Amino acid sequence: MTASFRGEDYLEVGGLTVDFDGFKAVDGVDLTLLQGRLHFLIGPNGAGKTTLVDALTGLVNGTGRASFRGHDLLGMKAHEIVRLGIGRTFQTATVFDQLSVVQNLDIAAGLHRKAWTRMRARRRVPEVVEEALETIGLAALAERPAGILAHGQKQWLEVGMLLVQDAKVMFLDETVAGMSSEEREQTGALLQRIVADRTIVVIEHDMEFMRSYADIVTVMHGGTVLAEGSVAEIQADPQVQEVYLGTATEVSVDA
Amino acid sequence: MTTTVADVNDAPSRPARTAAAFSPAALLRSHGSLLLIAALAVMLLVWAPNSLSVFRLGNLGKYCSWALAAVGIGLAWGRGGMLVLGQGVFFGLGGYAMAMHMKLEAAGPGRVPDFMELYGDSTMPLWWEPFRSGPFTLFAIVALPALVSFVMGYAVLKRGVKGAYFAILTQAMAVAFATLLVATIKQTGGFNGLNTFTTFFGQNLYDPAVQKNLYLITAGMLIVCLVVVWQFNRSRYGELLVATRDAEERVRFLGYDPANIKLVAFMTAAVMASIGGAMFAPLVGIISPSDVNATASIMMIAGVALGGRASLLGPAVGAIAVGFGQSALSERFPTNWVYFQGGLFVVVILLLPGGIASVGAKVRDLRPRRRPAALTVTEAEVVA
Repeated sequence: MTASFRGEDYLEVGGLTVDFDGFKAVDGVDLTLLQGRLHFLIGPNGAGKTTLVDALTGLVNGTGRASFRGHDLLGMKAHEIVRLGIGRTFQTATVFDQLSVVQNLDIAAGLHRKAWTRMRARRRVPEVVEEALETIGLAALAERPAGILAHGQKQWLEVGMLLVQDAKVMFLDETVAGMSSEEREQTGALLQRIVADRTIVVIEHDMEFMRSYADIVTVMHGGTVLAEGSVAEIQADPQVQEVYLGTATEVSVDA
Repeated sequence: MTTTVADVNDAPSRPARTAAAFSPAALLRSHGSLLLIAALAVMLLVWAPNSLSVFRLGNLGKYCSWALAAVGIGLAWGRGGMLVLGQGVFFGLGGYAMAMHMKLEAAGPGRVPDFMELYGDSTMPLWWEPFRSGPFTLFAIVALPALVSFVMGYAVLKRGVKGAYFAILTQAMAVAFATLLVATIKQTGGFNGLNTFTTFFGQNLYDPAVQKNLYLITAGMLIVCLVVVWQFNRSRYGELLVATRDAEERVRFLGYDPANIKLVAFMTAAVMASIGGAMFAPLVGIISPSDVNATASIMMIAGVALGGRASLLGPAVGAIAVGFGQSALSERFPTNWVYFQGGLFVVVILLLPGGIASVGAKVRDLRPRRRPAALTVTEAEVVA
């Protein structure tokens, strides 16, 4: 299944609207997310970035179109969307603190297992989990409870969980927030390593991180798409400058 | 913490993970709980039958039948986070199924149970008929609670009902069940329940040897259910259940439907309670609404809380202790037992939320640490 979609996976969003009792948190968004690109989703607070991702992952109801591999994601249940190959992280890392790193990854890998095989204990660490441990650099902490991990390590573990559940589309919500600059670099490098055969969407406030790693950037404002393009194009866009200078200082501080 | 991706990879503790597979310590950690079950099995199946009078043994059997329900509650509540306040319903389904069979055995072929002649017009409802068959009764003891818990669990859990709302619903179910039983005196014996059995699958219930065997079957079932729960806990499903308890929404985003995961635990708990009830009826000689109503359901929960709901043996030991305490104290203070029980419940919840099973860890916490042991304590909790 993986091979047949290689290089041609995409998630197409058309006219997506999320209406909270009359307030349109997301208003007619068109977006095409292509495989192999680090796609950054930026915008001031309240721009609708997270709500957009919520709608695409079944957390809130939206109208419009969102198709992936012939399925319309809108109206599907959250766990069905995950089974289709679309995964996400949350702004606060939500790993299972009491379970070990391996157990966390193993649970994430379990969705492709037959239900009755779950009645057996885990005998050895599955290959896919070993691979993910190496990729995210937590191999030495494999047997430690996830609760003792540092903030950055938890976020890497979350990415690892998406890897083992074989997510073809990954939505990462402010993954590098609160990370040291060293950790940010490692995160960027990690994403570049794994992006080749999947679609990665990063919601981010950190402009420096975006400039270093974004292949394409979509700027949202007031629930709509304000601009889309490469980092250089976005930075040169007068509309984007206005939005950021008018409502937030993030760009000017970092620039 | 400034570990980088590179130096984490080069860290020396890497090979420990694969090499640990054959060390005795690892074996003890993964299978040590089986030793505890074995110790309990020796106590219940070897020591008790050889040391206790038939009367005391019968009492212990009664506690074991409650413990069967408690083991299931430990799974559903302790591991699955579902506060099941209505396990009396499933206890009752098994108890009444077995009692109906025994009533029909006592009545003899073609005859109807005595209470139907007393209260009714000596006609037996059609749904009693299949319970003349022993094999059908045994089947029903497992299938009936499984079916009822599936229907109820599916309706409730799929809608995302949880926490206090789930607890209230199950409690309401127990109230409704007991009310229904009381109201249908012609069909179920009403307030008096079903009693005066003579035989259990052809065995004379007044024969001490048969009574002893009844106890052994009950205690044996308890051990079997403990092993089943042990396997549940160590399996991938068990990890998933704990994960669902702690972060249901997160589990959903791993591609699982949390309702299905909880449903399995809920149904398993229901079947275990039913088996307990099915053994309770012949052991005690009666099953009545007061054995299955809301109060009885809370009694079952109390034992689990006392023993430690998330631990393996805690629920069973707690249930036996509460049963024993009830007998011992109610012999001396017949009317005041309920205050002891309430007080015990309050004390446990306030001072020892993890139950008796957590006393060891508490004591360890009080002692000054020789080395940073915080980690091993948490690991022990996950494994236990």
